[in-house]
Amino acid sequence: MSMISLFNRRIAAGGVLAAVLVMAACGKKPPAVPEPQPAPPVVTVPSTVPPPPSRPPQQAREPLPVPAQPVPEDGVSARSLDDLNRKSPLAPVFFGYDSSELSEAAQQTAQANAAVLRTNRSWVITIEGHSDERGTAEYNLALGERRASSVRAYLVSMGIAAERLRVVSYGKEFPFDPGHDEAAWTKNRRGHFVVTAK
Amino acid sequence: MITYARYAAPLIALALLWAGPQAFQTPPGQPAPRAQPSEIELSISGDSGTPPRFAVPAFVAAAPDAADAAKVLSDVLWDDLAFEREFYLIPRDTYASVPAARTAEQLPFAAWRELGADGVLFGTVQRTGSTIRVEVRLFNMRTRQAVFAKEYVGPATNPRFLAHTAADELHQQQRALRGVARTKLAFTSDRNREKVAGTTENRDVKEVFIADYDGANARRITVDRQLNIAPVWSPDARALAYTSYRKGFPDIYIARIYEGTPPSNPTAGKGSNFLPSYSPDGKRLAFMSSRDGNPEIYTMNVDGSNLHRLTNHGANDVTPTWSPTGTEIAFTSDRGGTPQIYIVNAEGTGGARRISVNESYADRPTWSSPPFNEIAFAARTGPGFDIKVYEVASGQTRQITFGEGTNESPVFAPNGRHLAFTSTRAGRVQVFTIARDGKNVQQITRDGNNYTPGWSQ
Repeated sequence: MSMISLFNRRIAAGGVLAAVLVMAACGKKPPAVPEPQPAPPVVTVPSTVPPPPSRPPQQAREPLPVPAQPVPEDGVSARSLDDLNRKSPLAPVFFGYDSSELSEAAQQTAQANAAVLRTNRSWVITIEGHSDERGTAEYNLALGERRASSVRAYLVSMGIAAERLRVVSYGKEFPFDPGHDEAAWTKNRRGHFVVTAK
Repeated sequence: MITYARYAAPLIALALLWAGPQAFQTPPGQPAPRAQPSEIELSISGDSGTPPRFAVPAFVAAAPDAADAAKVLSDVLWDDLAFEREFYLIPRDTYASVPAARTAEQLPFAAWRELGADGVLFGTVQRTGSTIRVEVRLFNMRTRQAVFAKEYVGPATNPRFLAHTAADELHQQQRALRGVARTKLAFTSDRNREKVAGTTENRDVKEVFIADYDGANARRITVDRQLNIAPVWSPDARALAYTSYRKGFPDIYIARIYEGTPPSNPTAGKGSNFLPSYSPDGKRLAFMSSRDGNPEIYTMNVDGSNLHRLTNHGANDVTPTWSPTGTEIAFTSDRGGTPQIYIVNAEGTGGARRISVNESYADRPTWSSPPFNEIAFAARTGPGFDIKVYEVASGQTRQITFGEGTNESPVFAPNGRHLAFTSTRAGRVQVFTIARDGKNVQQITRDGNNYTPGWSQ
């Protein structure tokens, strides 16, 4: 046996051992380290093009999300209240920029709404807090929450039971007026009333 | 020599691991530090510190039925490599002088070297029924050796994922860089034009969608027909936590999207609950709730237990985000009169320190992953907002968008080198990505309006 072929065989054995060591060190996912090769002579094509070392080939597939089930709707009661809400029995309350204070005009609207709620003692309502589009989406969720809460606090001070008044903030998600000017913003900074049970 | 051959591969693997954190700290556009010198050098370098110049010729289809997949694979791999800006990619329209190779053995090394290539990525693609198989090899043009050679098999319906896998492994091996090619974005969208049920107003639903990091393969996740906001990925990327109005009021839900189980509802309707944010270990959520009267920050275990109130202030406290170590939480508060960014320790003990100092309005802080320690936020810069990044160590703030539309809701990629955000620069509200230095802006969504992105690990 010539020295050259002995050398090559020992190189090959060393390469296999090295690959085993790498796999043992890294668990199931061996890094892409090719077997070490002897330095190639300078020729125009590579003297050694290593075979792809990942045998068996690496699986490259990703999981697919499982489709979600729709939320069941309480359709009947929603429809019967839609007719009522379409008539807007409770007028919206409007706010100043970045404010959750009730202005004089807003207090008058809230008083009128309190009167309606005193007449319709079984109504349960949701007070939606909305903002204009000028702030960030996230902060406006807090601002809408405060607006709705201040309306509720005012109605409670007018003698409406707190448990009839649910508060929901929509931030700037649902503008009443899709415009991008002060006229639209004035309409969008609002407390909106929805009858949710009667 | 023989002893060396026996131990060389593990040593190189160790050297790459050792180089990892250092390489991560290299700003994009600058070469990463080299791995420890070794006789078998896997990492291809450029001339005198410039980024390595790579050629990525179109992949070779073994038969005509693999031609489409070959094109997708080489185009997506190109885009994935271009995204991290670790390599200079030699434009394909300059390859005319290089004879086309059908096999790796035919690669014309001299011609590629003449074109200035330090490395050439060579790929062959085979299709067998519904499966595709791709061999990707990276040749060092100086040593004429393959320094990367892998074979991937996957479904023919998604060849992009094979390219993403190869790109991530190439970045890891060549630059000790954690790529993001297999990560996902989540966001909410009104693209289906469905209307919210249970209201007489004309309101578009916003449902949660996910997509690849480059916007491909968009899929709808929720079918609530309601408003959904701000999906965030669990650290294991198996779940999305988000705010949903599915019962008519805002509450926090966690959908384990690969399991088909109904979403859990850890806040269970106790007050209004918004904007969950995962702790780095995935065990806790920080969120905003008005359960005690006004918007405050709370933390809880992901199953809703062990509730802890973090803030106690009459002002609005919103939008929490965890530090990479999990020991601090940044949030927005208007306790100083306008919305500003504050940091408090995650136990809520001690005071909150304000970090946005020269802003008239700052919101939606989002803390980066290691090795960076930065907090991005949306700051009012005129009629609209721009994205700014606060570096915690130096206290310096830099701006990365500049008045093109209004720019909101930043979130970091898991390697900290990119952000996703929403912008109106292209008309409607769309999700974009941007490098942390403000370069490389990519539009991710185009259908409907799209909001509040989250980026998976």
